[in-house]
Amino acid sequence: MDTALLFDNAIVLLPELVLAVGVMVLMLVDITRRGQNGSQFLASLSVVILLLGIGASVMIWGRAPVEYLDGAVSDGFALSVRLVILIAGVLGVLLSRNSLPAVERQGGAFYSLYLLAVIGMMLMGTATNLIVLFIALEIFSLALYILSGFYRDNPRSIEAAMKYFLLGAFASTFFVYGSALLYGAGGSAHFARIHETLATGGGNPSLVLPGIALLLVGFGFKVSLVPFHMWTPDVYQGAPTPVTAFMSVGTKAAAFAGFFRLMMTALPSYHDQWATPLAILAVLTMTVGNLTALRQSSVKRMLAYSGIAHAGNILIALVAGTVAASSAAAFYLFAYAFMNIGAFTVIIGFDKQFGNENDLEQSRLAGVADRFPVLAAAMAIFMLSLSGIPPLAGFFGKFLVFKAAVEAGWAWLVVIGVLNSAISAYYYLRVVVAMYFQQPEEIGGEKEPVLVPASRSSVFVVVVSVIAVVVIGLQPGLWADLLRGLGQ
Amino acid sequence: MLSTLTFLPVVGAIVVLLAPSDNLKKWLAFGATIATFVVSLLLLPGWQEIPDMQFVERYAWMPDLNIYYHLGVDGISLWLVLLTTLLMPIAVAFSNQHIKQNLGGYLALMLLMETAVLGVFLALDLVLFYVFWEFSLIPMAFLIGKWGSQNRIYAAIKFFLYTLAGSALMLVAILALYFNAGTFDLLALQEAGLPPGLQQLAFLAFALAFAIKVPLFPFHTWLPDAHVEAPTAGSVILAGVLLKLGTYGFLRFALPLFPMAVADYAALISILAVIGILYGALVALAQRDLKSLVAYSSVAHMGFVVLGIFALNEQGISGAVLQMVNHGLSTGALFLMVGMLYERRHTRLLKDYGGLWASVPIFSFFFLVVAMSSAGLPGLNGFIGEFTILLGTYKSSPLFAVLGTAGVILAAWYLLHAFRQVAQGELTNPANFKGKLPDLNWAEIGQLLPIVLLFFVIGLAPNFFLDKINPSVAALEVVQTPIVGDGRLVDSSYLPSLTADNRTWTSIY
Repeated sequence: MDTALLFDNAIVLLPELVLAVGVMVLMLVDITRRGQNGSQFLASLSVVILLLGIGASVMIWGRAPVEYLDGAVSDGFALSVRLVILIAGVLGVLLSRNSLPAVERQGGAFYSLYLLAVIGMMLMGTATNLIVLFIALEIFSLALYILSGFYRDNPRSIEAAMKYFLLGAFASTFFVYGSALLYGAGGSAHFARIHETLATGGGNPSLVLPGIALLLVGFGFKVSLVPFHMWTPDVYQGAPTPVTAFMSVGTKAAAFAGFFRLMMTALPSYHDQWATPLAILAVLTMTVGNLTALRQSSVKRMLAYSGIAHAGNILIALVAGTVAASSAAAFYLFAYAFMNIGAFTVIIGFDKQFGNENDLEQSRLAGVADRFPVLAAAMAIFMLSLSGIPPLAGFFGKFLVFKAAVEAGWAWLVVIGVLNSAISAYYYLRVVVAMYFQQPEEIGGEKEPVLVPASRSSVFVVVVSVIAVVVIGLQPGLWADLLRGLGQ
Repeated sequence: MLSTLTFLPVVGAIVVLLAPSDNLKKWLAFGATIATFVVSLLLLPGWQEIPDMQFVERYAWMPDLNIYYHLGVDGISLWLVLLTTLLMPIAVAFSNQHIKQNLGGYLALMLLMETAVLGVFLALDLVLFYVFWEFSLIPMAFLIGKWGSQNRIYAAIKFFLYTLAGSALMLVAILALYFNAGTFDLLALQEAGLPPGLQQLAFLAFALAFAIKVPLFPFHTWLPDAHVEAPTAGSVILAGVLLKLGTYGFLRFALPLFPMAVADYAALISILAVIGILYGALVALAQRDLKSLVAYSSVAHMGFVVLGIFALNEQGISGAVLQMVNHGLSTGALFLMVGMLYERRHTRLLKDYGGLWASVPIFSFFFLVVAMSSAGLPGLNGFIGEFTILLGTYKSSPLFAVLGTAGVILAAWYLLHAFRQVAQGELTNPANFKGKLPDLNWAEIGQLLPIVLLFFVIGLAPNFFLDKINPSVAALEVVQTPIVGDGRLVDSSYLPSLTADNRTWTSIY
């Protein structure tokens, strides 16, 4: 191969390269500073690396989409998804500071794995090739398996990691099988060439549908579509909450990005065949997610099921399968990053107050608004945004996805989507009701209101998320303009 | 101008939250509502009696998607805006006296509520409208859930979910309209016209949301809970303004956008309205709790408004617009007075009262006037609205008019019944004796007086109001192409508002 090709358009991967160099620096720093309270410094270093990554993404923003070595592309969609993942990454690192004893001991391992996960996720959004896609998937998955077990003193966390790993490995095999079949069908691993071959009547079309079905299992697992969602609540509940917050957003963004690009650039000619099964999955995912969320008493599990329901909403955009739908999905994920991570941050804050069990029962929230006015108000905003009440960010995410779907002729799916939103309002509202309307359990005399119960960095995350949720809601046009779809 | 009007309360809410002392919060909140009222009064001097939107503001909001921040006011919304801005300072003044717990939050929510409601009345872009519409739920649910009485949590959740679920399908319909015409702009959609099939489906989706909000029988079950549990000022705003969002929605969106579907469903909705009038009145008659009596009277009165709208002629609709204002004033005042009584005695049961005229004459006098206004006594505002509505209804369907008239009689019955139970008869309960039960103080009289004066102003000079309503109503497509026969049983020249000379209402009799 001509070596000059290696550098041609390499700028496409600039953010990933920045992070990769960053990981190496971080590991070196970890070795040289071992034992001198290194974890705090490593957290700050990770934030800096991630911010540099954001800077690199902004630098290549707005350029015409180019492709690098038939493996990665820099279109608006890839950049939007990158931005979502990097933001989720920054917020997640800020949460991890001071939160876990294991992180204090092994900061180097934690943060380097964390950054590797970010790299894998970002790569997922740019991949235009089955092999790159699979490598990206494995990079972030392997890192997350370990991260979710990082709360080593807690059996729940170990169980979560084990479960996630076993089921995840299983799903990966499906993914590989599916890729192999698709390669056999299209004669290439490159999405656009698969499409070319199939659209011109070449290749081996009989392998396409089995390939899609197997890939669907792999993606379905990663974005937790029903019926591949069983792992989600256990892992969300057991994993350290900062990791849960990050991966709930990052995994979803990355896997959906890969899913969108694969289906819409490699298999658009089969849209008629895959759209209806996906629509049925979307209905199942939204409905099962919401109905199960209604019955949860742990706030983290409730958010896990709510995350499943949100995956169903985003899947509606993929069913629609238009460029507008992909940019709507990017907007949705952008909004979801802030409201979901914000909600998890508030959970961490409350959890610290109530005994640090890495879990939060909803009954504990009764009447907390009087004691923790700021945290409660933030939580209320996140809950209302998640349930899609305007004028908050979550509403416009749903609005754009539903609009794209109606335009693509999927009105019936949207009807089910909005009815599901109405159902979901109940369990989100229940959190608000508990915080504001119910009386506290123990009446231990008048307690003074505590304005800032959490660490400074997590307060920062809450404040940033609240501002983002409100600003995106009030000025959605700005962001809808920024977050682009496939090929834009 | 309209933006200032809409967002002044939000500014007030932020300032109130930041204010250091409760006393200052009270004054700031009251000041903000008064300022909003003054701004809204400025609409009147420049008002033109034309059908078009006035004081229009239009900026790109999501330009890529054709979504605009588009506000405007016409004859249909003008008085509803003024009603909102008038009731707000009164409700805030009442709350300032009685709310003790978490006053800042309460007042901020009231102010947010005002913005949401004004936004609904002024928005001309369907997305903008939907945003305000949905947002209006949050402050109200909080007011009920946090500051309500015993069963408040249940009532708040029921109110929130019921109305939220009702408007879910409206969002789909809005998207479908956009898909069809490529715009969310109300005026552009109106001009574009919609295919009949879409009209049917979209009308049903919109109508469900509006019918729940009104509430139209049989979608009214959230209302008694919400009203009875809400704090007094919450009830005033809920009855005075929030219910109007539903009827306003019918007028602003359903009638202009789906004229064919409206014609098809007019009879069905009128039947539901008539059932609501009679059912609400009969249930009100059976109540032992004064507040639920007033709550059920709302179901009946709002039935009148819907009946007027779906008469689909100028009298019916103009009467309906005026009656919305009347109902806001008189029911608002009724809830206010129930609240004043409750704050003194902490009971709302009719049996705990009786003979109050002897001990609290000023209260009883006001109560009588307010009850009479609500019952539609000639000379007061309620009569004008109901009479005009019945006139319009008679033109399109004499049967509904007759049944509606029965509702008027029932209204007089339950309101006089309530008045008799409260103010007349023997003064038996020692807690109500003179000296034990204080009469209205100046602040309370100050809260009631503007409303009561308006009873007389509207009752005696309805033309001032109708003249501004009529041009916009007359321009509605459903009015211009009457569906019901020639139906000229009543000469419309009776209506003074339609004549050039200065005949007043007294000349009709």
